[in-house]
Amino acid sequence: MKLPRTIAAALLGGLLLTPAAHAATEIQWWHAMGGELGEKLASIAEGFNATQSDYKIVPIYKGNYTETMTAAVAAFRARQNPAIVQVFEVGTATMMAAKGAVYPVYKLMADTRQPFDPKVYLAAVTGYYTDSHDNMLSLPFNSSTPVMYYNKDAFKKAGLNPDMPPRTWPELETAAKALQKAGTPCGFTTGWQSWVQIENFSAWHNLPIGTRENGIAGLDTRLAIDSPAHVKHIGRMAAWQKSKIFDYGGRRSDAAPKFYKGDCAMYMNSSASYAGVKKNVGFAFGVAPLPFWPEIAKEPQNTIIGGASLWVLNGRPKAEYAGVAKFFSYLSSPAVQADWHQFTGYLPITKAAYELTRSQGFYDRNPGTDVAIKEITHKAPTANSKGLRFGNFVQIRDIINDELESAWAGKVDAKTALKTMVERGNKLLRAFEKANKG
Amino acid sequence: MAVQVVFRNRFLPYLLVAPQAAVTLVFFFWPAAQGMRQSLLREDAFGLSTEFVGLDNYVEALTDPRYLDTFLRSVAMSALVAFLSMSTALLLAAMADRAVRGGRAYRTLLIWPYAVAPALAGVLWFLMFNPTIGVVGVGLNRMGIAWNPYLDGAQAFVLVTVAASWKQVSYNFVFFLAGLQAIPAALIEAAAIDGASPFRRFWTIVFPLLAPTSFFLLVVNVVYAFFETFAVIHATTQGGPGGATETLVYKVFNDGFIGLDLGGSAAQSAVLMAIVAALTVAQFRLLDRKAGA
Repeated sequence: MKLPRTIAAALLGGLLLTPAAHAATEIQWWHAMGGELGEKLASIAEGFNATQSDYKIVPIYKGNYTETMTAAVAAFRARQNPAIVQVFEVGTATMMAAKGAVYPVYKLMADTRQPFDPKVYLAAVTGYYTDSHDNMLSLPFNSSTPVMYYNKDAFKKAGLNPDMPPRTWPELETAAKALQKAGTPCGFTTGWQSWVQIENFSAWHNLPIGTRENGIAGLDTRLAIDSPAHVKHIGRMAAWQKSKIFDYGGRRSDAAPKFYKGDCAMYMNSSASYAGVKKNVGFAFGVAPLPFWPEIAKEPQNTIIGGASLWVLNGRPKAEYAGVAKFFSYLSSPAVQADWHQFTGYLPITKAAYELTRSQGFYDRNPGTDVAIKEITHKAPTANSKGLRFGNFVQIRDIINDELESAWAGKVDAKTALKTMVERGNKLLRAFEKANKG
Repeated sequence: MAVQVVFRNRFLPYLLVAPQAAVTLVFFFWPAAQGMRQSLLREDAFGLSTEFVGLDNYVEALTDPRYLDTFLRSVAMSALVAFLSMSTALLLAAMADRAVRGGRAYRTLLIWPYAVAPALAGVLWFLMFNPTIGVVGVGLNRMGIAWNPYLDGAQAFVLVTVAASWKQVSYNFVFFLAGLQAIPAALIEAAAIDGASPFRRFWTIVFPLLAPTSFFLLVVNVVYAFFETFAVIHATTQGGPGGATETLVYKVFNDGFIGLDLGGSAAQSAVLMAIVAALTVAQFRLLDRKAGA
């Protein structure tokens, strides 16, 4: 706990020493976007700073998502917290439970009299971050959803139609076999397996991930990912691992090189991986929706998002919050959103930004970039596909990863793996419920 | 003959010890006390609601079968790292000690890896053995060996252990070399004249004389493997796959800083502290006995 405080103090010291051009109120924004995304984020802050002179948004990179969240929590305990912090979606339950620490966005907007209409936001995106009374608690910033990238050249070589990617899992299996015959060593691989193959698999097939509306309706939720449908899907994937129709490549996006190098012809990962895929592949590629099992659902439902949102923390001087509200309005404006969406591949958070992007002809010039939006809006979200909200979900995802890896390695069968996930995960859910009941 | 020095001023010794005592108090006792307090509480991440739960956190940690697994894994990793790095270092030191030409160059080269940070050592080995892009990893798969440390826990464990050992070889090498050079040449020459083979000379003269060095290194290596392999693990496997490379220290970090379960994490730290204390006591006892004998 000591270190982050020291760093924060050092940074703060550095800021104080910088001579200010005018007496603008500085507002710290801690975020987890490195590299090009970080630069883009900084340019958004600069854009806002240039529109007015009362407030200055100061973005500070705090490391990866977990590091940023831990730093913010530590800073809050030391009363040195920033006004805005970017928190990844699995930290949502922790933030929501921290009632005294968080300044809900809807309340902030009302208190500062900023014009704010929750209806302009895409429900499939904001649903993740609203409470049970439909109040928006945090502002979605970077949201994405899983899609399937596929190698069109390999499809051609295997005699498959490159414009007809497999729609269902059985079709995918057939295609993978044809691809393997034509010399591609592996059919498909996946990034973020818990997010893609468990959480989104469930939503896409309208199956619950947990009781109590995936935890959104209450802390007394239990995991439900050991249903026969889940066992079937994970069981098939484990069997496919043996014949390399599926080949596991690591927990996060470590599997990407398998697709880039042409080892695997299909690759399921975030829609925000689009830029990376485009930059790294030496072949024609396409983007398709996730496959579904016709035996489980006649039609797919809708996918859920991942990514991060911006939370406002209590304990800053009042003047800063007026600036935060202004900045959030700026951030939600169609031009800023459309630019961010087109540059990064993250979903736009408002309908206006989506319409603007379409009218600019972006989707026609970059085929496949609208697959993500079509997936999350495929059908009106149900209680199973609105999102999820589980406490201790960072560790639960680790457990899911652990057990999936055991299943891929053939150490346990799919049924046992999923049952263990539920047992170990429920323990953590109960611990969270106990720690946050008061 | 020991010379007894007596301070005239009664307060001077305390004054001289004070800076060190202050550092220890602020950087060890204070955080340790805070940790102990935290281990008795159940708290949400932001510290908004705190509840005293007695020994609940300890009971939870110690009755978790995975905690026992992690403990055994840590012990196995320590033993392997100590054995691998010490035996390799001893072999290299014995060779370097006998090298006639270029001995200095060998020594310098062998000490280099010590300058590599543990995290980098881990990344280096994992890149080499990466099944998709690593030179060795791709080679192994071409040879028909199903090598994938991202999936196979045993392979990941071996890789972490080897990377951690490789880094520690240099340190052990320096101590062994110094130990070897402290052995009077006359002893070995006398044995050689009596007709003892090089192998026999090593086992009956050199090895026993190196025992104090070896024992010291054993303790240092075990502690190293217990605590400092954290960086190797964090930079490579993050404890995976399937928890196959999660050690006690990594679990403390994972539960506390990733999972934000401060109480449970603090309880595990307290257990770790007890283990280190036990190791230290064992070291002093054994060293005392050696000195007495």
